[in-house]
Amino acid sequence: MTFWILAPLMVLAALGILFVRKAVHAALLLAVVMISLAFLYAVMDAPFLFAVQIIVYTGAILMLFLFVMMLIGVDASDSTVETIRGQRAMATVLGLLFGTVLVVGVSQVTLGTVVGLDEANSGGNVPAIANILFSRYVFAFEATSALLITAVLGAMVLAHRERLTPKATQASLAAQRIRDFGDHGKHPGPLPSPGVYARHNAVDTPALLPDGTAAESSVSRVLAARGTVRSAPALADDIDLVTAQIGDPAKAPDTSGKAGAPANTEEDVTK
Amino acid sequence: MTEYVVLSAILFTIGCVGVLTRRNALVVFMCVELMLNACNLAFVAFAKQHGNLDGQITAFFVMVVAAAEVVIGLAIIMTIFRTRRSASVDDASLLKY
Amino acid sequence: MVAPDTGAGGVFDLLWLVIALPLLGAFLLLGVAPFLQGSLKASADRHGHLVGTAAAAASFVLSLVLFIALLGRGAEERQIGQHLWTWFETGTISVGMDLLYDQLAALFLLLITGVGSLIHVYAIGYMEHDVRRRRFFGYLNLFVAAMLTLILSANFVGLFLGWEGVGLASYLLIGFWQHKPSAAAAAKKAFVINRVGDIGLSLAIALLFATYGTTDFAGVSEHAADASQDTLTALGLLLLLGACGKSAQVPLQAWLLDAMEGPTPVSALIHAATMVTAGVYLVVRSNFIFELAPIAQTAVVVVATVTLLWGAVLGCAKDDIKKALAGSTMSQIGYMMLAAGLGPVGYPFAIFHLLTHGFFKANMFLGAGSVMHGMDDDVDMRHYGGLNKAMPVTFLTFAMGYLAIIGFPGFSGFWSKDRIIESALADNLLVGVLAMLGAGITAFYMTRLMLMTFFTEKRWAKDVHPHESPKVMTIPLMVLAALSVLGGVLLAGDWIVTWLEPVTGHAEHYEPPLPALVITLLITAVVAVGVATAWFLVGKRDVPREAPREVSFATRAARADLYGDAINDAVVVRPGASLVGGLTTFDRVGVDGAVEGGSSAVGGISTTMRRLQNGFVRSYALSVLAGALLVVLALLAVNLA
Repeated sequence: MTFWILAPLMVLAALGILFVRKAVHAALLLAVVMISLAFLYAVMDAPFLFAVQIIVYTGAILMLFLFVMMLIGVDASDSTVETIRGQRAMATVLGLLFGTVLVVGVSQVTLGTVVGLDEANSGGNVPAIANILFSRYVFAFEATSALLITAVLGAMVLAHRERLTPKATQASLAAQRIRDFGDHGKHPGPLPSPGVYARHNAVDTPALLPDGTAAESSVSRVLAARGTVRSAPALADDIDLVTAQIGDPAKAPDTSGKAGAPANTEEDVTK
Repeated sequence: MTEYVVLSAILFTIGCVGVLTRRNALVVFMCVELMLNACNLAFVAFAKQHGNLDGQITAFFVMVVAAAEVVIGLAIIMTIFRTRRSASVDDASLLKY
Repeated sequence: MVAPDTGAGGVFDLLWLVIALPLLGAFLLLGVAPFLQGSLKASADRHGHLVGTAAAAASFVLSLVLFIALLGRGAEERQIGQHLWTWFETGTISVGMDLLYDQLAALFLLLITGVGSLIHVYAIGYMEHDVRRRRFFGYLNLFVAAMLTLILSANFVGLFLGWEGVGLASYLLIGFWQHKPSAAAAAKKAFVINRVGDIGLSLAIALLFATYGTTDFAGVSEHAADASQDTLTALGLLLLLGACGKSAQVPLQAWLLDAMEGPTPVSALIHAATMVTAGVYLVVRSNFIFELAPIAQTAVVVVATVTLLWGAVLGCAKDDIKKALAGSTMSQIGYMMLAAGLGPVGYPFAIFHLLTHGFFKANMFLGAGSVMHGMDDDVDMRHYGGLNKAMPVTFLTFAMGYLAIIGFPGFSGFWSKDRIIESALADNLLVGVLAMLGAGITAFYMTRLMLMTFFTEKRWAKDVHPHESPKVMTIPLMVLAALSVLGGVLLAGDWIVTWLEPVTGHAEHYEPPLPALVITLLITAVVAVGVATAWFLVGKRDVPREAPREVSFATRAARADLYGDAINDAVVVRPGASLVGGLTTFDRVGVDGAVEGGSSAVGGISTTMRRLQNGFVRSYALSVLAGALLVVLALLAVNLA
């Protein structure tokens, strides 16, 4: 029963991989196929593989796919135009032919009665697999460990990038800063912090210079580009608004006192 | 168990066609994984058919190899992408006549 | 029978020096002098000819001493052997570097070193203005050493060494003026035609090894009769082929006239006195084989008769004084070969004529060189005339040679030629008559040469002032002229016949068809007719400066060397060239075509097939899938069928 529910789902999901344009969608559809497969494994008396399929395949491998996808751009999608002439037609024809031959061939085979794994799994599936794995297949098992180590090393080598320029030290950074100041008059110190006001402080409010104008460099350029920088005079209006909302400020409790501050100081923690 | 094997064949064929038609290296890789999974399904099905755990062991090994393969494959894709700003298998076609 | 006495001792231990002295001279002049530096080299270039001449002269003195020592021994003890070292040894074959000094070699040694020394002296004057004189004398010494090796060797392999050395030296000397393309071509021609003869000789040597297991004259002469008749005939014919090449006998005669491109001393030394006589020496030395091979002997006689007439005809038509003399040389060597082909009867006369010819022909060649020297190297007799007044010494010495060669009674040539014709008449009437006819023709062309050069009116070119040559050139001429006159004394009391008898074997007494005196008178009459004909045809008429064009067919043929070159071209060169052309064409079209066609077919297929290698991974995957499909189908076909 499980099979007949899952099988069409898996075929549909697999076909989906062929046709969706975004790689992310393909990965999600593949996850559907894999999880369904895990269920089929469970049905076929293979609980260990069920777990491994979920953990290793769906959990690790597929997540690795998504990771790489994030790195090289989620939005990357195939164009639908085939570049190799005749490739798609040939692939379709050959694929259909191959599938037909396989399906027809397999369905012609009479497999006979199912022996079932009841006897083999009598002591539990995992101990049974462990028994075989560490006796008959122990050398293959050791070889796979070597394979995995090799793969890890290979991935490291491939991902490694040689440093082409010497790493900047603090001394050289400071020297560069002063040199910039000398050459272009660039301010050598840190940028001013945003405005800090009695009733309002946020990174989107510029600090005020002694003459009362706003210091442009005290807010992030990103905010400036978005146009969400607020000005000090505008804050003054807010003050009236807030006052109106909370009533007489004189009566109101000191909201921004110590009790209102976030509990992130050492003093609070010890309390 | 014939239906499992037939499903395995269908999934394998779909994986094949995916490798042949898709150009995004990641998707091609996923289709390869699909083919491996289809094989695993057949292995597990035959294990049940014959009442023998060897099929499951083999499927397990296939998974291990697939994991190693994915690590390396994805690293290669990353490296190619880093130099060519492209993940299309058709772009890496300089090694020819 | 050759049975050398190897323990003679005394002066005979110095036998090897006869060869070593000129060889040392050649080594000093050719091997050491070029590597000297500065003033030493200049001095070597300036005085090198003295070294060369001294080497030849020393060799002559030693030869003379040896000859006197040989005279002092009994007739049966006159074969001296000297073992120098074992040359090579393979299996059962062992070839020693052995020398054999017997009566025959003694005469040759005297001729080669004696005439050779005179020519060396002459060449000092003749080559005075040549910048490469040192090298020339080095080559001359090399030649003398090689010729002496040829004569003194006690086996055929050593003889072959000298034989090839002579060929090399001859090549170097003919092409000495290598800046002249004609000289280079002549040297090449001589070398190539000599190679043909050398094939004969080398095959003969191989056959000797196969038949007797040795090539020592002693060993072969002892067992000569053991071989089958066919083998002996083959040996004789192969040796004859070798002799033909070296002695310019028909059909390998074509090189001799061209070889006149070399300096005149070379023509005198090589192509008159010594090298061309090597063939005669070979036949006489191999008498133990020819005696047992009558067919080969007949072949020798035929070749010799044809050659003596051929050379005589050439001599009649040539206007080039050296070529006329070369034709005469060919003809005279024909006489020698004829005598050598007659067997023991003729051998002594062959050698006798060889000696006298060596004297008078060297004399005349050197005289011709002297004339050329005075005429600014002009060789055309039509530009001479009346030189008897301008060059009296040359004229008189040349006249002695002339009288000797035509066989004027009392002169050396008279005695030698007379006896050859007499023997030939006794052997075969036709051959004898032809030889007599040859003597008449000889008289004609030599008289013609004499008249055109020294008598008749002057036909000199405008700015030519003939003058007598320097003493260094005329003194050798006088010596040779004296020898030409007096050479006949060797026959006094049949001395030479007795002297050579141990080597050549005892001659049966023969009975000429006519009394000897009648034959002599007959020959003299024929010679007189030849001289008179020349006198009427040349001496009484005006000799045109340009050779007449409208001439009879016979004259044209003779001017073209009786079409010797044309025959060579038609018989050998052109078929050879077509064969080689055919082979190269086959190689290019057939062999190369198959190879290159195969490779280009593979290349073409590959060019088409490589399009499949388009770099797209998915295309490759498609072919993999197609392959997998085929495998699955095959599996199904096998399992379900």
